[in-house]
Amino acid sequence: MFGIDFSLLDWNEIGVASADTLKMLVSSAVFTFILGLPLGVLLYQTSRSNTGWVRIVYNVLSVIVNILRSVPFIILIVALIPFTTWIVGVSYGVLGTIPPLVIAAAPFFARLVETSLREVDRGVLEAAQSMGASTWQIIMKVLLPEARPGLLAGITITVVTLVSYTAMSGMVGGGGLGDLAIRYGYYRYQKEVMIISVLFMIVLVQVLQMAGDRLVKHFTRK
Amino acid sequence: MIELKQVTKRYGKGTKTTEALSGLNLSIKKGEIFGVIGHSGAGKSTLIRCMNLLERPTSGEVWVDGVDLTKLGKQQLQTKRREIGMIFQHFNLLSSATVYDNIAFPLRLAHVDKAKIANKVNELLQLVGLEDHRDKYPAQLSGGQKQRVGIARALASDPQVLLCDEATSALDPQTTDSILKLLLDINQKFNLTIVLITHEMHVIQSICDRVAVIHQGGIVEEGAVAEVFLKPQHPVTREFILGEAGESAQLALQAPHDGSSKLCKLTFLGEKTYDSILSRTARETGVDFAILQGTISKIKDIPYGQLIVRLEGESGPIEETIRKVRDEGLDVEVYD
Repeated sequence: MFGIDFSLLDWNEIGVASADTLKMLVSSAVFTFILGLPLGVLLYQTSRSNTGWVRIVYNVLSVIVNILRSVPFIILIVALIPFTTWIVGVSYGVLGTIPPLVIAAAPFFARLVETSLREVDRGVLEAAQSMGASTWQIIMKVLLPEARPGLLAGITITVVTLVSYTAMSGMVGGGGLGDLAIRYGYYRYQKEVMIISVLFMIVLVQVLQMAGDRLVKHFTRK
Repeated sequence: MIELKQVTKRYGKGTKTTEALSGLNLSIKKGEIFGVIGHSGAGKSTLIRCMNLLERPTSGEVWVDGVDLTKLGKQQLQTKRREIGMIFQHFNLLSSATVYDNIAFPLRLAHVDKAKIANKVNELLQLVGLEDHRDKYPAQLSGGQKQRVGIARALASDPQVLLCDEATSALDPQTTDSILKLLLDINQKFNLTIVLITHEMHVIQSICDRVAVIHQGGIVEEGAVAEVFLKPQHPVTREFILGEAGESAQLALQAPHDGSSKLCKLTFLGEKTYDSILSRTARETGVDFAILQGTISKIKDIPYGQLIVRLEGESGPIEETIRKVRDEGLDVEVYD
């Protein structure tokens, strides 16, 4: 039917591509979290201050985050090539894709962190303050635990976004399922490869979203 | 124990400032339950939050237990705050932590060791009657139970002072009474100084020793509860007390009277409340009286009664009656 013949598929190559996608996803998600979480906390903390120079820090951070979020990912990959080469030694393949993925996703995640921290009841922060908590203690023992469901939802959204970013990196030879879909499916008209690649990505997103929702539900106490 | 000296708090900048507190002075003694009553916007919330510097006054001094908080560095203030417990109208519990962890929270902040924390928390759970709820989350508790957790949490670091920011305003009348009773118990058991702010006269009347009335950022009246309550001087104070007694006193004071009668308000305090002073005196002087309105209630543990009566007869005997009941220790206010 429609001239589709799945027996032509090279399952070995699909397996390698799937593994590449997972590698990119996991490592970029980890670094996005490590970079984005403190950045989000910093955005939140600086946005609450009335002190002049702290407001300036907030505004500068905010503009940088906005710029990184407005540059299309495909352009970001190209623009970051010198930086990527400096960091990981190469600008292509699985390794060369991770820095641009992190640079693109971390500001996005930081904004989600900032938003979910804002949701934390100010009264609770005040109570902690009245008990003699330091700023660091308030962040670690009040803000982050209280915002946990929101943070988990933010992580889920970010990881799902990363899935589509990894696919885009296929355009510049980044490897993974997206790369496979473009090279075989699009350039060589092998619909079968395209269908399977897209199907795998759909399943991946579904699984990630479901797992995320479950975690959010598990940690929601309201 | 707590002393505010010339405390002023302004919000805003430039020409758009509003003054929440204007040069306010207040002195609270160790071991007493001190109430501050005022309408919303009177500055009472700002006032109590100045007592642990959640709000830093624009000028003035805040002395707690011999230390001026406004002179402390950041870290010293954090340590000092452990001696000042606080509970809130909306409880402000950690929603992500169990009852046990909420109560343990201030102790963990102070790096107290685990065994000590367990001891202390169990003791507090028993004190506030929540032993069976230790592993529940705040969302699973009723308002009264949440406030009990709040109280236990505030007491965890053995504070000298407990600040109550409208602690019963979000609770129904029965729960309010049980929380007030708990506060009174704690006050007596630990000789803990309690400061509470409220807009309900009932709260002041049930547990406070002294009261201050705040209006437009300043204290307009202050004194022992019985005194302020029974002989209010300032119009705002009268408003609060009238609100409690209802309209009936107002109506009674509108009763017709002329040269041969006088409207009086008699106030009985303490054991005299149960005495038949008025009828005994009237029989002696030959004056008649009509009772227009009466109330009997308690201020903390002291009973009191108020009667609005119209004395009828010749002006001589009426004057004599008033003199005699005054001699018996009643307070008489005569209306023209």
